[in-house]
Amino acid sequence: MALLYAIATRIMYAGILLLAVIILNFGMMHLAPGDVADSISQSMGGADEEVLNEIRATYGLDRPFIVQLGSYIGKVLRFDLGYSFFYTQPVSQLILQKLPATLLLVLTAQFLALIVGVFLGVYSAQRPNGLSSHFVSFFALFGYSAPVFWSGLLLLIGFSLHIQWFPVAGMRDVTIEGNFLEEAIDIIRHMVLPVITLASIFLALYSRLSRATMMEVLGSDYIRTAKSKGLTDREIIYKHALKNSLSPVITLAGLQFSAVVSGAILVESVFSWPGLGTLAFESIIARDTPTILGILFFSALVVIVGNLLTDLTLRLVDPRVRTNG
Amino acid sequence: MTDPLLSVKNLRIELNTRDGVAPVIDDFSFDLFPGEAISFVGESGCGKSMTALGIMGLLPEGVGKIASGSINFAGEDLSSAEQKRMRNIRGNEISMIFQEPMTSLNPVYTIGEQIAEVLRAHQGLSKQASWTKAIELLDAVRIPNPQARISDYPFQMSGGQRQRVMIAIALACEPKILIADEPTTALDVTVQAQIFDLLNDLRKQTGTAIILITHDMGAVAEMAERMIVMYAGRKVEEGPVQQVIDNAGHPYTQGLISCVPHILEKLTAKRQMLQEVPGIVPSLRDFGKDQCLFASRCQYVSEKCNNTRPTENKFSSSQTVACWLTESIQ
Repeated sequence: MALLYAIATRIMYAGILLLAVIILNFGMMHLAPGDVADSISQSMGGADEEVLNEIRATYGLDRPFIVQLGSYIGKVLRFDLGYSFFYTQPVSQLILQKLPATLLLVLTAQFLALIVGVFLGVYSAQRPNGLSSHFVSFFALFGYSAPVFWSGLLLLIGFSLHIQWFPVAGMRDVTIEGNFLEEAIDIIRHMVLPVITLASIFLALYSRLSRATMMEVLGSDYIRTAKSKGLTDREIIYKHALKNSLSPVITLAGLQFSAVVSGAILVESVFSWPGLGTLAFESIIARDTPTILGILFFSALVVIVGNLLTDLTLRLVDPRVRTNG
Repeated sequence: MTDPLLSVKNLRIELNTRDGVAPVIDDFSFDLFPGEAISFVGESGCGKSMTALGIMGLLPEGVGKIASGSINFAGEDLSSAEQKRMRNIRGNEISMIFQEPMTSLNPVYTIGEQIAEVLRAHQGLSKQASWTKAIELLDAVRIPNPQARISDYPFQMSGGQRQRVMIAIALACEPKILIADEPTTALDVTVQAQIFDLLNDLRKQTGTAIILITHDMGAVAEMAERMIVMYAGRKVEEGPVQQVIDNAGHPYTQGLISCVPHILEKLTAKRQMLQEVPGIVPSLRDFGKDQCLFASRCQYVSEKCNNTRPTENKFSSSQTVACWLTESIQ
């Protein structure tokens, strides 16, 4: 019951937040110089004031702000994000086309970084002054400070150009068509380099954070208790310490959800990955306002859903969260 | 007389500090007999807890180590025992409870799991059997409604209840020795009395020997038969509790006893002026010097105290004192 209640409250908050994002989005569009009538008339090759007013009347642009806002909210709730004149198709359709590729890339990178990062952090926390611990710290710092486009390009030069293990760009090879398995293997081959590039940033964050929290947890009283019970090192570290050190890492992972768009832009551009990042990049260059706003709205949606999932995961890990509403 | 259950001989524990290696425990010996309750008494920083951690094999890794001496437990030297063997002993034959009940339990597991776990580790019980036994143990440490409380998390319990859970964990495998490191320091007085009652009753039932570490003379009188007064990593006095309290030989012991507040209102022969022991425990740098380490705080200090470490002298039939003063009395 408590769980259902918590989910319901979270979803309500998420809804309010989303509404705020929509209003803000619309306000921005409204404030920008020029309107849809201008861009339509531009595509027609110009129009006089009378025609413009006619267009405005047709599209309801002459109505008061609040009425326009209301109809915009109604449209967005029906997932109608407008029409892109640049791509000549509805924005929502455009986003849904590009979404799977980005989700595949970002979620794989996140998952990989989370598992490997936590493992490295836990490992190096056990001997914080050991050689391997310093190596992990250095590696993490390197991964974090190296710009994505630089490390991505280096990987490309190394593993696509000199040692031709992986394809240079894209997500699939057009010549491979046929059974599911072959296509899947092809996509995985295309994924390796971009996933490694993207994961290296996350990996640094997760390994540093889990190393720090793990070290703190290992010095706590209940770990001393666990030792005094005669438990094995494995039970002490992976049962008693790990579960306690996970909360900050999960919180951080939730925040990293925003990287679905921001982090992916660079990586997708370097590897010509046909995802949301590439779409965002292109639409900004082309000043395709409806698409940009659609992506903005969509990334807000992803972040909100991500935070919802984070909250619920934290409840699983830490019983103290459960009673605080 | 029976053989001692635990016999510590000439124990020396060294700690790495910024100023080099310091002997936090220096030539320390004592015996613990089966079913007996003894108490280590002294101020903070006297090495009481270090001795306990040394016995448990839980000295902070890379910082503290047993440099010499032996810890003989039932015919086995624990100071040179392997980690695997120590794991079998910890929580099974020698258990420990700690000063901080609020933080000594893992916040993310139920107390039932934390009790059951130790039963599974040492007695090979199944999940079901260990859970049933955990309920019994919770009942034994007098937590009302154990069936329901077993699924509670530590944050749902008070400090006193948490310490009871710690006692249940420690006594789950019916150990031969229970080391209680200031078990009531963090609790209010009424709860303190309850915990001592509980420990005394459980001791009668199980015959577990207890080492009580405390700086509270009241607790010593309540719980222990014999007391060992420690100062700066050394034993300064040892004897039956009542005898030492009535007739303390070492100036430090006398000082500790005169520090105990009284409940009487008027100053009488029974309630004397409260007296503090002036000064503080010397820094680790001075540990291990060939002198009486209490000398700088002692009102009876003489030349010899500053030059030579006092030997242990028989003060009476069952009381020993390490002080040059008592030697001259004899």
